Amino acid sequence: MSVVTKAPVRPRDATVGWRTLRPYVMPVLGLLVAFAFLWPYLVMLLNAFRPSADVVQTPASILPREWKWTTFAEVLGDERFLAWLRTSVVVALASTAVVVVVAIPAAYFTARVRFPGRVAFLFLVLVTQMFSPTSLVVGIYREFFTLNLVNTYMAIILTNAAFNLAFAIWILHGFFSSIPKEIEEAAELDGCGRLATLLRIMLSLARPGLVTATIFTFIAAWNEYVVALTLMLDDDRKPLTVGINSYVTGYEQNWDQLFGASIVAIVPVVVLFALIEKHLVGGLTSGAVK
Amino acid sequence: MSSARPMVSGAAATAAPDTAPPSDSKPRRRRARARRGREPLHVALLWLGPALALILGVVVWPVVELVRASLSRYSITGLRRGDAGLENFRQVLANDALDTVLVNTLVWVVAVVALTMLVSLGVAQFLNKDFRGRRLVRWAVIVPWAASLVITARLFTLIYSYYYGVLNALLLKIGLIDTPIDFLGSDAWVMPSMVAVGVFVSIPFTAYVLVAGLNAIPGDVYEAARLDGASPWQAWRLVTLPLLRPAIMVATVLNMIYVFNSFPIIYTLNESNPGFGHDTTITFMYKLAFKSAEKDVGQSAAAGLFNVCIILIAVLAYLRITRWRKES
Repeated sequence: MSVVTKAPVRPRDATVGWRTLRPYVMPVLGLLVAFAFLWPYLVMLLNAFRPSADVVQTPASILPREWKWTTFAEVLGDERFLAWLRTSVVVALASTAVVVVVAIPAAYFTARVRFPGRVAFLFLVLVTQMFSPTSLVVGIYREFFTLNLVNTYMAIILTNAAFNLAFAIWILHGFFSSIPKEIEEAAELDGCGRLATLLRIMLSLARPGLVTATIFTFIAAWNEYVVALTLMLDDDRKPLTVGINSYVTGYEQNWDQLFGASIVAIVPVVVLFALIEKHLVGGLTSGAVK
Repeated sequence: MSSARPMVSGAAATAAPDTAPPSDSKPRRRRARARRGREPLHVALLWLGPALALILGVVVWPVVELVRASLSRYSITGLRRGDAGLENFRQVLANDALDTVLVNTLVWVVAVVALTMLVSLGVAQFLNKDFRGRRLVRWAVIVPWAASLVITARLFTLIYSYYYGVLNALLLKIGLIDTPIDFLGSDAWVMPSMVAVGVFVSIPFTAYVLVAGLNAIPGDVYEAARLDGASPWQAWRLVTLPLLRPAIMVATVLNMIYVFNSFPIIYTLNESNPGFGHDTTITFMYKLAFKSAEKDVGQSAAAGLFNVCIILIAVLAYLRITRWRKES
């Protein structure tokens, strides 16, 4: 899980030419790769800084013909937007908290202990991974309709938590399994019970896995769309992903605000991702690949 | 996911903790070891209870509701009107659009997953090299993954737009085309346009899984390959690729699941087209319940069950064909 990865393949006949060129060629290639992944979002950024009328003008122009700097102020001052933002924050945080609290004991226990039904439980988790809320959306709607929870945060929090649980359990399970048993035995000799061992020792050892699972869940919940689209009927209870679509409808077209709001929705996630970038590689290795 | 195997086969190894080495004379320690290794069901329920409750309550319950709904008749407002037997399934199977929808789904999943894997292999290889600014490039690659699919899809409706899309403007300017292309309106272009977006948003996750896989390959195998006189291409084909196999499998399976279940891209990019001409089974099902003239909950539930079965079968078939268990 080291941050630095040595380039494993060096060209066999590493010529002097390539050696001198490499420090210049690779960053340029890197710039091209970065651009390949960023260009649509650069278009988005440019469209957020021009009046909506300029966005939908023929012929299209890549640079704004007329600049507009007030979009972000408009969006952040829009009460609808703030309501959507609040929903997204509350739902993503709560879903993540539920997943972490529920997944840790399950992952730890299945990684360390044999008990009747263990294989069945792990199989159940594996099957859950294949179900998406999308294909079950009709069933989900009917369940929460029965429970009278349509249009509540509770409904989407539970759904997000349940459908992200499997992934979190797998990642954490992988990490807990990879920690040597001797460490726990030592803790036990010092008088730690199983819960104390988990909380005091295992969690800090499995921190990369925990970080990965947490951030993944948060991002999945933050970006969830279909269930929220179906369950959240009141405009002010919708999350960002659903809400911002009302900036551009058949009746009103505020492309600048749609993209301004989108950028506000994307930036925190990119920052979170960037923060765990080094964990991301290690987290995926131990949890899913190994 | 592959970590399931050692556990499944590990049941036989459970006896190991009981046979403590003779030097282990403290009875307390022996008891503790036994306790740590094995627990009765009621203790397990304490630890797994919350997870089970969540899975049963919010995954299994909707499945049951879905089965129930698929066997019922509903009014247009969603009120249950009695049993329907297998009528809903028959109606879905008899739907004129079904053939088109199934073909679309196959094209969508195969094209997106295959192209994603191919491009991601290259991207991962590149991201694994050491160069100045690599960290920044890795951050850039994350962006399409971090952005919500709806937002990206919405963005691409504008980029692809016939009248004011940047893409048409660009292609016209460099003289590649003479007249704008109706990317989201012409039958020939809708699917390729959607596939391109699907690949674009799937690459980051896939590339990261593959980078993780590349990282796990020890450097000395390359040293050995080099000493044996392997060319870089041979080293890649004979060393990297086989060792990358587990990562490729995981990425392929997860992508199959994600891409099959992908909703926002098709739903958004295909919004302006009437009918089911460019829908996959997922958007087809959604439209049956919430958008079609009939708003038929029963049929949509039946279609949803078909979806669940399709992805289960597809994943199992893939694992079977690639002999997941034996080799990885």
